[in-house]
Amino acid sequence: MSDINKEALYDYLLLLGDNSMILGQRLGELCGHGPELETDIALTNISLDLFGQVRNYFQYAAEVVADGRTEDDIAMLRKEHEYKSSLLVEQPNTDFAYVIVRQNFFDHYHYMLLSKLVDSKDEQIVAVAKKSIKEVEYHLDFSSTWVKRLGDGTEESRQRMQDAVNELYRFTRELFKPTETEERMANLGIGADLPSMEEDYYKQLHALLEEATLEVPQGEVFQYGGKEGRHSEYMGYILTDFQFMQRAYPNMKW
Amino acid sequence: MEKNIKDLEAEFQKRIDNGENIEAKDWMPEKYRKTHIRQISQHAHSEVVGMLPEGNWISRAPSLRRKVALLAKVQDEAGHGLYLYSAAETLGISREEMIEQLNNGTAKYSSIFNYPSLTWADMGAIGWLVDGAAIINQVMLTKTSYGPYARAMVRICKEESFHQRQGYEIMLTLCNGTEEQKAMAQDALNRWWWPSLMMFGPRDEESPNTEQSMKWKIKRKSNDELRQQFIDQTVPQADILGLTVPDKDLKWNEDRGHYDFGEIDWEEFWNVVKGNGLCNRKRLKDRNAAWDNGKWVRDAATAYAERQAEKRVSKAS
Ligand SMILES: [Fe+2]
Ligand SMILES: [Fe+2]
Repeated sequence: MSDINKEALYDYLLLLGDNSMILGQRLGELCGHGPELETDIALTNISLDLFGQVRNYFQYAAEVVADGRTEDDIAMLRKEHEYKSSLLVEQPNTDFAYVIVRQNFFDHYHYMLLSKLVDSKDEQIVAVAKKSIKEVEYHLDFSSTWVKRLGDGTEESRQRMQDAVNELYRFTRELFKPTETEERMANLGIGADLPSMEEDYYKQLHALLEEATLEVPQGEVFQYGGKEGRHSEYMGYILTDFQFMQRAYPNMKW
Repeated sequence: MEKNIKDLEAEFQKRIDNGENIEAKDWMPEKYRKTHIRQISQHAHSEVVGMLPEGNWISRAPSLRRKVALLAKVQDEAGHGLYLYSAAETLGISREEMIEQLNNGTAKYSSIFNYPSLTWADMGAIGWLVDGAAIINQVMLTKTSYGPYARAMVRICKEESFHQRQGYEIMLTLCNGTEEQKAMAQDALNRWWWPSLMMFGPRDEESPNTEQSMKWKIKRKSNDELRQQFIDQTVPQADILGLTVPDKDLKWNEDRGHYDFGEIDWEEFWNVVKGNGLCNRKRLKDRNAAWDNGKWVRDAATAYAERQAEKRVSKAS
C-alpha cells in the first residue's frame, strides 16, 4: 500500500472509530441514571459494544501508523479538531427521548455501513465488521423498539420523541456525505460508498417514524462539519472528561 | 389457633436447623418475611446506589481497556440489583414499592456508598476493599435459609470476586507506576480503609439483630468475626502492594492468630448511617432524579404494552 493510501486508511479508521467512541462516551454518562435498571443495563451494553469496536479499529490504526502510538494515544491524545465523529453522536443526553432517537438515527446508518464493510477489500476491517454487525443488529432492534414504544406510548412521550426527532434529524445527512478520505476508500473498495446508502436509510427511518406515529421534519437545514473536525460546542466538554486522566497524568500506564 | 402457629414455627425452625431451604410458597413467620424483605431490598438498593460512585469515573477512565472494564463492572452491579429485587419480590413486595422506600429515605443501603470517589485510584480501592468486604458477607449468605436469596448470592458472588481481582489489579498497576500513581493509591487506601471496616456493621455487643439472624441462618458469623476475617485477608494484600494500612495499632497477634487493630470511629459510622455523610444527600438526589425523570418513559412503555395486548386480543376474536 502506498504511503498516501496508508494515511487515508488511518484516517478512515478514525472516521469509523470516532463515531462509536463519542456515542459510547455519551452512553457511559448515563450509567446509573436511567429510567429503570433494564434500560441501564441495555444502554451500558451498547456502550460496551461500541468501545469494543473502537479498540479493534484503533489497535489496527496503531499497526497502520506503526510509529509507537497505542490505541489509547490515538483515542485520547488528539486535539478537538482532529476527532472525526459526526455531529449527531456528540449531541447531549437531553432526556431519554434524545438518547433513543440519537441512538436509532445512528444505528440505522451503522448497520447499513457494516453490511457494506463486511465486503471490504481490507481483511481486518472485514473481521471487525463481521463481529460488530451482530452487535449493531441488536442495537438497532433495541432502539427501534423504544422509538415505537415512546412514539406510540402516551401523549407526553410522543411529544418528547417528536421534539428529539425535530432536533436531531438535521444531523443525519452528514453521515452520508463522504469526506475526501471516505471517497478514496470507497474507490479502493476498502470503505463503504456512502451516497448509495442514503436513499435506503431514509426509507427505513421514515417507515419506522411513521409506525411510531411521529412526523418526519420537513425543510430542515442539514448540518455538517463533525467529520471534518468542526464540532458543536458540546465536543470540548466531552473531551475534557474523556481525556482528563491522559492530560493530567501524561505518559503513565493504567 | 395460637398453638397452631407455635407448631408451625417449631416445624419451620426445624427445617432451617436441618439445612433445608425455605421457598417463596412455604409457610413462614411474618417476622421472617419482613426481615428478609428488609434485608434483601437493602442489599438491592446497595447494588444500585453503588453504581453511582463508580459511574462517576466511567467518562474519565484513563484508558479504553479500563473504561470497558469499569462499564462492565457497573453493569454487573445493576444486574445484581435486578436479581435481588426479584428475590425480594417473591416475598410479596413490588420493585416500585422498594424503590420508593429507597427514594424517600425509609429504606437503608450500605453506608460505604456515601463516601465520595475522588480519584481513579478509588476505582481500584473500591473493587479491592468494598467488593472484597461485600464478598465476605455474601459468601456467608449463599448458605442463608431463604432459597431465592441464597441462589441470587451464588450468582452474585462469582461476579464480585472478579470485581475484587480487577480492583486489586488497578491498585497493583498504580503501585508499579510512577510516584504520583503510588501516592494516588495510598491516598485511596487511606480514605477507604476505615469505611470498609465499617461495612460489617456495629460491634457484636451493639448489634441486637445478630441472635435472631443466626437462628435463621441469615448470619452464620458475627459482625466482629467477619470484620476480623476481612482484615486478616486484606493486610497481606496491602503489603504486597507496598501500601501502608492507615492504622497505627495494626499488628499481627501471634497468640490470637489474627491481626489486632485500632478502634473504629463509631461516631462517624453512626453519622453516615443517619444520613450525614458527605454524599448521602447527593446519592438520594441522584436516585430520585433518575426515577422521576424516568416516569414518563415507564408510563409510556406500560401504555404501549397495554395497547399491543388489546390489539392481539381483538385480532384473535
Ligand atoms: Fe454487586
Ligand atoms: Fe461488585
